[in-house]
Amino acid sequence: MNFDLSEEQLLLQETVGQFVANECPPTRLRELFDADDGFDSVLWKGMIELGLGGITLPDEFGGAGLEMLDLAVVSEVLGHACAPGPFVPHSLAGLAIALGGSDEQKQRWLPRLASGETLGTVAICESGDRWQLEEWALAADGTLTGEKLHVPFASNADLLVVGVAGGGLVLVERDSTGVSVEEIDGADRTRRLFRVTFDGASCEPLPEGVAAAPRLRDAGLVLLAADAFGAARRLVDMSVEYAQTREQFGVTIGHFQALKHQLANMAVEVEPCRGLYWYAAHAFDHVAEEAERSAALAKSHITDRAMQVARDAVEAHGGIGFTWECDVQIWFKRVMFDRAFLGAPAFHRERAAQLAGW
Amino acid sequence: MDLSYGDEYEALRGELRQFLTRSWPLQGEEAKLGFPEQAALFRKRATEAGYLNRSIPKRYGGSEQPADVLTAQVIREEFGRAKAPGEARGIGTMMLVPTLLERGEEWQKEKWIPGSISGEITWCQGYSEPGSGSDLASLKTRGELVGDEWVINGQKIWTSGAQRADFMFCLTRTEPDAPKHAGISYLLIDMKQPGVDVRPLKQMTGGATFNEVFLNDVRAPADWIVGKRGEGWIVSRTTLKHERNSIGAATQTSVIFTALVRLAQRVEKNGAPAIRDPVVRQRLATLEGYVRAHQYSGYYQLTRDSKGESAGLIPLMNKLIGTTISQEAGKIGYDLVGEDALLAAGERTLGLMPKGNQGWVAQFMSSLGGSIAGGTANIQRNIIAERGLGLPRDAAADRSAGK
Repeated sequence: MNFDLSEEQLLLQETVGQFVANECPPTRLRELFDADDGFDSVLWKGMIELGLGGITLPDEFGGAGLEMLDLAVVSEVLGHACAPGPFVPHSLAGLAIALGGSDEQKQRWLPRLASGETLGTVAICESGDRWQLEEWALAADGTLTGEKLHVPFASNADLLVVGVAGGGLVLVERDSTGVSVEEIDGADRTRRLFRVTFDGASCEPLPEGVAAAPRLRDAGLVLLAADAFGAARRLVDMSVEYAQTREQFGVTIGHFQALKHQLANMAVEVEPCRGLYWYAAHAFDHVAEEAERSAALAKSHITDRAMQVARDAVEAHGGIGFTWECDVQIWFKRVMFDRAFLGAPAFHRERAAQLAGW
Repeated sequence: MDLSYGDEYEALRGELRQFLTRSWPLQGEEAKLGFPEQAALFRKRATEAGYLNRSIPKRYGGSEQPADVLTAQVIREEFGRAKAPGEARGIGTMMLVPTLLERGEEWQKEKWIPGSISGEITWCQGYSEPGSGSDLASLKTRGELVGDEWVINGQKIWTSGAQRADFMFCLTRTEPDAPKHAGISYLLIDMKQPGVDVRPLKQMTGGATFNEVFLNDVRAPADWIVGKRGEGWIVSRTTLKHERNSIGAATQTSVIFTALVRLAQRVEKNGAPAIRDPVVRQRLATLEGYVRAHQYSGYYQLTRDSKGESAGLIPLMNKLIGTTISQEAGKIGYDLVGEDALLAAGERTLGLMPKGNQGWVAQFMSSLGGSIAGGTANIQRNIIAERGLGLPRDAAADRSAGK
């Protein structure tokens, strides 16, 4: 029995945690959050240099050849730090090609994605809350015409992995003719969103895209769950810290039992969640029959718990918690993204119910 | 990450299966004995084989094996699978035996531990009083040393199993002039004597598992005290250090969850199995998120324990999490039984699945006990906030000797 992270995984978390603490302290985070352009190429380059561009990509294509759990523990750290950037969509783009691409496509794209020479992202959602591969209606008949919503960092990306009608995946180079992007007024300004419009844009199918798409979904669910877990832990810590410094009635407010109980409840909602995403990530590589359902449960449970904890954190901070200048709002919106991206918790709970044969 | 136990433990599992196939159920003449005698006989053999009472020295009837949480877990799993009696359960083995091992005199250990672990001696816990619940240290039951005997007067309450118990370990105020916590002694009392009056308390479920115990001029020899006079509070805290086994609690919650899913498959709602109802499906899947998180936390704690490392806040949270899950299961189950929601609670044996619709009415009520018994949910939240999150201790609580 070993239900714990390995020494290597703990070291990976520590290294990434140190890096983002140094390179993206709260002052920088606030700057980026408010900036017109939310893509910090220096921060992203640093992450690439740490090897975060291709954690799960095969060694022969310049990746680290590691597993979903290794990728997910990094996602937790980035959520904890609320680190801005395209880590999740870039990782998913690489994974899609590794799982569904031809040898030629892998040769061409994976080394570039791993080295950061190419920035990848994923175009999944269509209007009407259609995140799921069964719902994709964008037809790929040699070319693409139509639109995708909520594509992270599309204006910075070089390569788009696009979900298409029939549940398959195609590659589109962002600078090709007939592709235009327009920023959406997203809440989470650490992960900028774009509408991508295709007008006869040329595209290249992934031969095994139909098989890869459900795996891509499960991977996405795990990474969002991990990110939300990290963010939620940080929200608890921020609230505890605030309770230990803010004074009213001559004492720190952490003396008051009503607040202590609220903070204890927040911690109780969050702490046990790590195993849910760990197991879902572990199942992704090792327990095929449980992978899909574990990912659905992890995403639905953790992002819902994290969202409530974020709401509680605002309340625990009092008036300042309700302001733009308080960092709580940044993490709050991070969790909004994790909860809504790839479909809401209730949707994935219903999937879990179906997968259980209920 | 590896959820198997590894070769060494799988080999142990093989040995255990052979032992259990040979040893349980009992055969021939022995099979005609009553269950308690059969269980005692089997426990003795399992202890001799080194499988039970592993933390207890041989001279007190234990098997004195090196501590290993994974071995203990594999043993529990295999004994459970074979439906063989495990270690004698109850407040005596859970609390009194560890307390004696750590704080008792040699003669006390020899006198009481062997019978307690074999199940021949049963105990009840004399802690709570009508006026002393969460504020336990305010207890008023008096003990006076008269000659070479303690003379004890007072009233204890919520005393589980007092009807059957042979002895009580009892927090008693022996130093009335000392500060609150420093005036308490940990006395052992023979329950089978005049002046001990046990009255069952009927619970809201209709059952009666606990009692009021009136103590009128009850006697105990002067040396039936664990620790020194006035040290009772500290002695009683000894066992709180032994955190509960987390996997056991998590297994309980997944058993209840499985039963709940079966209930939803069995009963109908709007002319179809209730499990087809979208609201029911959402509630079940939401609860399953909590159940699984609890279960994985149990694996995590077990892994950490086996490496001698801390599992952080998780051990402090197990009781509150288990209670929340059990209550939510009770509420969902209660909503599923339709018009039977008007019925009285059925029998609800602790540790077993609720039976029939009235069993779920019972679960609806009895799960509330979890947020009261053994430290209320709000006291658990204090512990998490203070010991876990490092928030200031409650200024209202007087902890003169309670650290």
